[in-house]
Amino acid sequence: MSSPAVAASHELPAEWRDFLALTKPRVMTLVVFTGLCAMLAAPVHVHPVIGFTAILCIALGAGASGALNQWYESDIDAVMKRTAGRPLPAGRMDRQAALHFSVGLAAFSVLLMGLAVNLLSAVILTGSILFYVLIYTVWLKRRTPQNIVIGGAAGAFPPLIGWAAATGRVDLLPVLMFGLVFLWTPPHFWALGLFVRTDYAAAGVPMMPVVAGTRATRTQVFLYSVPMAICAVAPWPLGLTGWIYGGTAAILSLVFVGLAAKVGMSRVEDPALMRDERRMFGFSILYLFATFGALVADRMLLA
Amino acid sequence: MTPEHQRDYQARQRSRAKAMALILGALVILFFAISIAKMA
Repeated sequence: MSSPAVAASHELPAEWRDFLALTKPRVMTLVVFTGLCAMLAAPVHVHPVIGFTAILCIALGAGASGALNQWYESDIDAVMKRTAGRPLPAGRMDRQAALHFSVGLAAFSVLLMGLAVNLLSAVILTGSILFYVLIYTVWLKRRTPQNIVIGGAAGAFPPLIGWAAATGRVDLLPVLMFGLVFLWTPPHFWALGLFVRTDYAAAGVPMMPVVAGTRATRTQVFLYSVPMAICAVAPWPLGLTGWIYGGTAAILSLVFVGLAAKVGMSRVEDPALMRDERRMFGFSILYLFATFGALVADRMLLA
Repeated sequence: MTPEHQRDYQARQRSRAKAMALILGALVILFFAISIAKMA
């Protein structure tokens, strides 16, 4: 039920800034970065215009997924402090406009990818959008504390798409990069979930800290960080990358596992005092950027 | 609709129309560039 203030603001058409906010541009940066790095690390030359188009399609597809997610979740966004200011819960945008924009953007990104780049990358892009919207947003997020684990796969698709856009196929290296992002997602989000869990609890979202408690979540954060580190370093001994990537991934993964171990052993219950969790959450973002950056540096400098 | 509200409404429509014009212009350039790249 919308309040009178909300109803009044609906009479004004949404601003273009609201449509931009609907696409979750901050999430998009990570998605674009991992897709771009995979494309640059591919062992083929991509025409700059085609490469730019592929990255644009990845960004638009991710934006469409984020917009559809916000359209579907506006009820729970409204009760969470972190998300209450988004265009739909804040009443700055009409729901139908948001839906039309999201579906149109998704269709456009897939069509453009298929026509301008190649069919395989368009198929994987379609799969990633459907996975994020249907499997994560509609099916899992409100039903199971494992929502992040399966949903994390959606954010792991861009390296596969970037590689497929460049080469027209899927190889072991992008699959390992997919695995890295997939296994990175649970410790990254559960670290966040530990210190903002009151928000998730208020929204009734079964995040791991809400359902299983902080202690079980801390253990899971550490347990996921170990296979993630193995997945990150694996391309080096397998001969898929050189020492620049291998060394960087090994050092950063060691730090990541160390921070995750500190989170795993911590017994702090007050979110305001969770410094280890905040530190790990911040480092996890740097970790992903630096690992993928090293992958490109490795290819550029050693190939 | 009050005059103030109408002014706000039209200002927002203008702003959206400008954004849409920019996007369409960018797409024209992109599609032209893709065509050239595909022919190369």
